[in-house]
Amino acid sequence: MTDTATVAPRARRRSTSMLRRRPFFTLGLAVALAFALAAIFAPYVAPYDPTFQDIEFMMTGPGAQHWLGTDSYGQDILSRIIFGARYALAIGLCSVAIGALGGLVIGLAAGLSDGLVEWLLMRLIDSILAMPSLIMAVAFIAILGQGVDKVIIAVGIAMIGPFARTVRADVMQVRVQLFVEAAGLMGVARLRIIWRHILPNVVYPLAVQVTIRISEAILVSSSLSFLGIGVTPPTPDWGLMIAEGRGFVSFAAWMSGMPGAALAILLIALSLVGDGIREEFDPKLRDGA
Amino acid sequence: MQTSTADPLLSVSGLTLHRGARRILDGVDLSLGRGETLALVGESGAGKSTIAVALMGLLRPSEARIEGRAELAGEGDLFGLPERRWSGLRGGRLAMVFQDAGAALNPCFTVGSQLTSVLRRKLGLGRAAARARAVELLDSVGINDAAARLSAYPHQLSGGMQQRVMVAIALACNPDLLFADEPTSALDVTIQAQIVRLILDQTRARGASCIFVLHDLALASQSCDRIVVLYAGQVMEAGSSAEVLKAPRHPYTRLLKSCVLEIGTARLEPPAGGVPPWEEMPAGCRFASRCPRALPRCAGEKPPLTQEGGRALACWNPE
Amino acid sequence: MLLMALKKVLQTVFVLFIVSVASFSLLKLAPGDPVEIMLGSEYSAEAHAALVRQLGLDQPLVTQYLDWLGNFVTGDWGTSYIARADIFTYAFVEALPVTLTLAAFSLGLAVVLGVPLGVLSAVKKDTAWDAGAAVFALTGTAFPSFFLGILLIWVFGVKFGLFPVMGFVPPWEDFWGGLYHMILPALTLSTYFIAMIVRLTRATLVEVLAQPYIAAARARGEPGWRVVWVHGLRNIAMPLVTIIGLQLGTLLQGAVLTETVFSLPGAGQMITSAVLGREYGVVQAGVVMTATLFVLVNLAVDLAYPFLDPRLRPR
Repeated sequence: MTDTATVAPRARRRSTSMLRRRPFFTLGLAVALAFALAAIFAPYVAPYDPTFQDIEFMMTGPGAQHWLGTDSYGQDILSRIIFGARYALAIGLCSVAIGALGGLVIGLAAGLSDGLVEWLLMRLIDSILAMPSLIMAVAFIAILGQGVDKVIIAVGIAMIGPFARTVRADVMQVRVQLFVEAAGLMGVARLRIIWRHILPNVVYPLAVQVTIRISEAILVSSSLSFLGIGVTPPTPDWGLMIAEGRGFVSFAAWMSGMPGAALAILLIALSLVGDGIREEFDPKLRDGA
Repeated sequence: MQTSTADPLLSVSGLTLHRGARRILDGVDLSLGRGETLALVGESGAGKSTIAVALMGLLRPSEARIEGRAELAGEGDLFGLPERRWSGLRGGRLAMVFQDAGAALNPCFTVGSQLTSVLRRKLGLGRAAARARAVELLDSVGINDAAARLSAYPHQLSGGMQQRVMVAIALACNPDLLFADEPTSALDVTIQAQIVRLILDQTRARGASCIFVLHDLALASQSCDRIVVLYAGQVMEAGSSAEVLKAPRHPYTRLLKSCVLEIGTARLEPPAGGVPPWEEMPAGCRFASRCPRALPRCAGEKPPLTQEGGRALACWNPE
Repeated sequence: MLLMALKKVLQTVFVLFIVSVASFSLLKLAPGDPVEIMLGSEYSAEAHAALVRQLGLDQPLVTQYLDWLGNFVTGDWGTSYIARADIFTYAFVEALPVTLTLAAFSLGLAVVLGVPLGVLSAVKKDTAWDAGAAVFALTGTAFPSFFLGILLIWVFGVKFGLFPVMGFVPPWEDFWGGLYHMILPALTLSTYFIAMIVRLTRATLVEVLAQPYIAAARARGEPGWRVVWVHGLRNIAMPLVTIIGLQLGTLLQGAVLTETVFSLPGAGQMITSAVLGREYGVVQAGVVMTATLFVLVNLAVDLAYPFLDPRLRPR
């Protein structure tokens, strides 16, 4: 207990000045927050209705009227990007939540069991990890069909593997410290140990993982839409917009370019945030530094 | 500083070394005759190892800024040499035995390949000749079954064996000058004496000079011809081992000697606090803050290293 | 050591078993009745029942699984309903080599470019060069590959007309032609890996170069380049190979996207079009192939450890 008491103030002091100590993290955070705000207030920020098709202005380049140009249906690309941020962030957050929850359950089970059960669960995690998240998401899309909700579920399930692995590793660490002394305890006492001691120690690194993996979820979901098997048109989804513009690259490069740039900027910003958080809070990295 | 011979093998003057704003070495003067063994003695942090590493040219310009001269007979000033000449000298005329042989041998290469690569590059030996020479060398440093050991990886050998291999590698090309940087500190006490003995015998047999970095005053005085006592990067006192130990003139040497006599242990950690932090380092004699005989001028004015009857001393108020 | 290896092999076999069960259930979970799809819109109840019996769909699930597994292992992967083609030929003989070629080229490019860049970055630590490499590494790992592909098409294909932007030429028939067609796709796919390898090489090599054995190598007169490229690099071989094995999945999923961008007839495009066409047998084949490849490569990496790091060999 004295240990945590001495550690806590130091940790707090670290996090308050983190913005100043890590300028790249701060930059990434600012950009990501800007995207989030644009997404939340999309109807007020966007100059046009994202699905309004203006026949007069089909495939016009960036200009005064349509800042980032229009697509082949005459839809305003800026408005579609702003509304697209809603889908990107919502799908990213929801699917990461599913992945983290699934990973928590499987990881806890694998970390707390022993013998054959543990071996089986470990192999289960191995086999989930054996399938790249995009391939796995594609397989689930094949079963579930297309649509926003289906994409969230497919991407979420596909992300369980890595979460489960880290949770298990954390459980094993705490378990070594705790269960040695608690070896005699059974039943309720054991459950309480899990609740009081193991879960808090696991949830914290899990939260760090979640922030790091949001960008992966966004990348996988937009990849699905790019392949044409995720979100269906006319939803303003970035991946979809990039795919639509692909055929017009030679004379309307902005159609792919603008949503692509939006996606790339968000992903880079999120990875800056993720790197900052990982370097700041990952005990392994901190000890190594 | 006066040498035991008229024609020194190495003479270092005014060696000053900065790491960032810290002055790790402050105007160090040394000189070493052919076939002579010299011990650098002092507490940890005195800059003993830094001297060895700097004289081997192992510090990159980004790591440390070096001023002063180091004349090696036949080479001129070492610090003026380009890297290409340095790497020609290292492993040839200059060699080094490191503190922890376990860490200083590359874990991914066999003992044989690390030994023969020196022989092949420096002496131009062929594969078979290098191998034969390697077996001889391992044999001469007291490794049994040398031929079989060539294909061993470092982790497969004991600590003493690893250090013997290091010695063999260092001596492979008959260096003129061998640096031994606390060669025994990572070893069991029983093996320490053997290794020191081995290094001395081997260097003497080859007529080579040797600079030992040691923190054991007793061991230094027993095994080396001369001693240089260092404190926080400054030379305090230097002279022949017997004289310095018998009649120390610098208060710091006295302090070192007293703890050897009192406790009789190998470690030199004098009482009365430690080396002051860099920000509080006195501008003059760095020992002033701990010196029992300090005068008012000591902290502000650096005493010159004066020669007298084969001994050198830097103190305003010697005994 | 042999026991360790045996244990690893056993684990891998079991993982493959789970993968096979999952792939089998993919077919079972797939919406729609495969029999209906095969028969078309109009059919009699008798024909339906006959086909169900013929396909063994009236058998218990375990029997169906074993039958399926037997067929799968012997190369009988069923028929593509729509294309009326043999899936094994389609997926394994035609599509997989394209994907493997792309993956191999990209991996080769990533190692050839990434390792030297990472080494330079480590040697010139904390210089402008190192900072530049860090920015590239960060951007490269975060950049969406399919968008990068489109950018490369736009710049090199459309603006300058330097490289072909689509199509596959088998390098085993026309090596230079294949290479020429593979340049943009391989660059697209490998950017992430170059960036990742730069990052890893720099991080691990900086640590290795601070080790006493590096100073010792210099102290015995090894020339600077040999110290870094032989003594340093040899010691980061293990983390490098490990990460390449673990990231193989990312490589394969990147191949799916790259193949779509550059219209390469590989396994990735096969899976995508199969999902759109509801060809579950083909999706299944794709999933099994990628997962098996990943598992086997990582088994190989695990088994290679003692060769990469002598310290893992028995004393």
